[in-house]
Amino acid sequence: MQVEYVGALNIVIGVIARFWPVWLALAIVLGLSFAYKRRLGLYGQLFDSSVGIAGVVICLFWLFTAMFASTIATFNPLDQIVVMKDALPGGVEPASHKVFLFGADKLARDVFSRMVYGSQIVLIIAPAATAFALMVGITLGLPAGYYGGRVDTILSFLANLVLAFPVILLFYLLVTPGIMDTPIPYAIAGLFFIFPIIFFCVLFWTRFKNRPDRLYLLLGLTILLGGWVYVGLVFDRDPLGIVHIDPNQLNIFVAVVFASSPGVFRIVRGLTMDIKTRDYVAAAQTRGESPWYIMLWEILPNARGPLIVDACLRIGYTTILLGTLGYFGLGLAPESPDWGTAIKDASRLLRQYIHPALPPTIALMSFVLGLNLLADSLREQSLKD
Amino acid sequence: MLFFVARRLGTMVLTMLCLTMVVFFLVNLEPNLKKLAISQTEMHATSAELEQWLTKNGYRQNFFVRYGQWLGLMPKVPATDPNTGKTMPRFSYCNEPTEPKFSGVLQGDFGCSTKFKTTVAAKLFPGLGATGLLMFWVLMLMIPVSLLIGVLAGMREGSRTDRTLSVASIATTATPEYVSGVIFTVIFASWLGWLNGSAASASQGITFYNFTLPVITLAIYGIGYIARMTRASMVEVMTQQYIRTARLKGLSFSAVVVKHALRNALIAPFTIIMLQFPWLLTGVVIVEVMFRYQGFGYTLVEAAGNNDIDLLLGCSLVSVFIVLITQLISDVGYAYLNPRIRVQ
Repeated sequence: MQVEYVGALNIVIGVIARFWPVWLALAIVLGLSFAYKRRLGLYGQLFDSSVGIAGVVICLFWLFTAMFASTIATFNPLDQIVVMKDALPGGVEPASHKVFLFGADKLARDVFSRMVYGSQIVLIIAPAATAFALMVGITLGLPAGYYGGRVDTILSFLANLVLAFPVILLFYLLVTPGIMDTPIPYAIAGLFFIFPIIFFCVLFWTRFKNRPDRLYLLLGLTILLGGWVYVGLVFDRDPLGIVHIDPNQLNIFVAVVFASSPGVFRIVRGLTMDIKTRDYVAAAQTRGESPWYIMLWEILPNARGPLIVDACLRIGYTTILLGTLGYFGLGLAPESPDWGTAIKDASRLLRQYIHPALPPTIALMSFVLGLNLLADSLREQSLKD
Repeated sequence: MLFFVARRLGTMVLTMLCLTMVVFFLVNLEPNLKKLAISQTEMHATSAELEQWLTKNGYRQNFFVRYGQWLGLMPKVPATDPNTGKTMPRFSYCNEPTEPKFSGVLQGDFGCSTKFKTTVAAKLFPGLGATGLLMFWVLMLMIPVSLLIGVLAGMREGSRTDRTLSVASIATTATPEYVSGVIFTVIFASWLGWLNGSAASASQGITFYNFTLPVITLAIYGIGYIARMTRASMVEVMTQQYIRTARLKGLSFSAVVVKHALRNALIAPFTIIMLQFPWLLTGVVIVEVMFRYQGFGYTLVEAAGNNDIDLLLGCSLVSVFIVLITQLISDVGYAYLNPRIRVQ
């Protein structure tokens, strides 16, 4: 059966039309941001430079794409419509008369829909893994920088140990199918996921030590919520059945957090060593505040600028790591629509067809670029203050 | 200075011991050993036969004994035929000893590759040579280009050149190798047909046609980062008092940049370039797989994919060594180049 094609202009219009929820959401958010620019602090200042605007727009674009993926995508990302095998961009599917905007790949799946759904995987795992890495890095980096001495020596040695591993080797060792039969990923998950709970408990404890009414409420909430998520993620035994993660997704998640926490640790440690010489830290010490109060409520808020910038860059870097995992076929399911896997599949057939390769590469590149631009203009803005 | 280097070397050895032990532990996990046994015995082997193969070849000895054997602190014991009781080498294709002998990494024996049926040394070092060649050309391209971009951008902060070059370098840092590789292949190999999309023939001899794509793909990711660091360093130097003095005494702008600013601005990029090596290693793996170039990265992927224990350990040892030695060079070099630190 012959597949009919629509022209290039129709493809462009079709793509723009499919993204309508994104344009709508972007218009609302950007309109509101411009209107209330002066009251939005650091975020509002981003709109002063063209680089900042570009960064915000690109990041929001992918965020909304991930949120509205099911509306935007034309087809199910896993559906194989045999007649469309290797169809070029603009092919019309005979049964439903819907257009394969970016063509079909070698397994006759819609490239456009796969790209759209791929953003979901990236935008869930990358920020979440970065958040966990930040928690781990902060909780360990603060004492290492503040106390120095033996604590610092041991923690730095461990961090350097992980950093000396080439990332790819680490992934090959930690994200193999065999390792899921051993307790190692669960042990690492159990170790790393406890840090956010510790972090928030200490955070509230140091602040509200003398106000039991609030302290017990906050501590209780932290332990309840944290424990719930913890049980769901690590043991997959969520009593309510809401928090659930596939074993291989957990494995990827753990590997990515493991690979990026030492970097955060190093940055936090350096910042702490710098900030602890300031006068307000000395003042807090004279007031007789506990070391952890000083670390969490005096040093950490003053280190937020570089940390926010680093978090932006790190989400981008995590996206690249996820792509690497997909490219080497580690961890993610072979039919998963994430960008790395799509690039791997398409790059093997570049000699015959190039159209399945371009959408995921450009998607990944633009998202990371958006985050880097955002980080760059955040850095400029925080330097201005 | 000597004390500093000696201490760093000590830490380095300790780090390598820890890391190789971790790798040794991970490659010897039960599922991995099973996988190895299955690939090394005939099809449809029963689990008893697999177990027998593992026992015969010494994979069931104590973890520390085996680690010691690999390291060369314990004698390697040849396999014993369970039926005749005679000793025979474990892997005949590797000249393994027929009697117990100290033969590990410390003695220069990296072990035996079960996938390629040869010694690890015979597989690893030619691969390293090939990768070294690739790295040489990458550095030859990456360092001049990135320093030039960085200096041009940082020379006049905030100018149009600066803005353009900065955005361009941000864009390259946002393009990992597997993305730029695909894009370059599409442009230069599929559309223009100027270059070859595969570097498989480069093992016989490198030409512009088959080697350019891997080199630029690998270089482009590092260029942006080094250029940004150079720019930052250059911007800082350009605000110094001595630059103003030089300008005020009537030197031309280009003379100030070349004679006064450049020297001081290039100290920081030196360390950055050295610290790029760990990233380059990952990039090498991606690029070599993508362009089918038979180097170190390709060997690593093959070893990891087939759970080739000794080869993978050899690869880890080499890569960890490269990472640590470049860190050391970067620290020592920084102290050497920067007079303020050297005097202390």
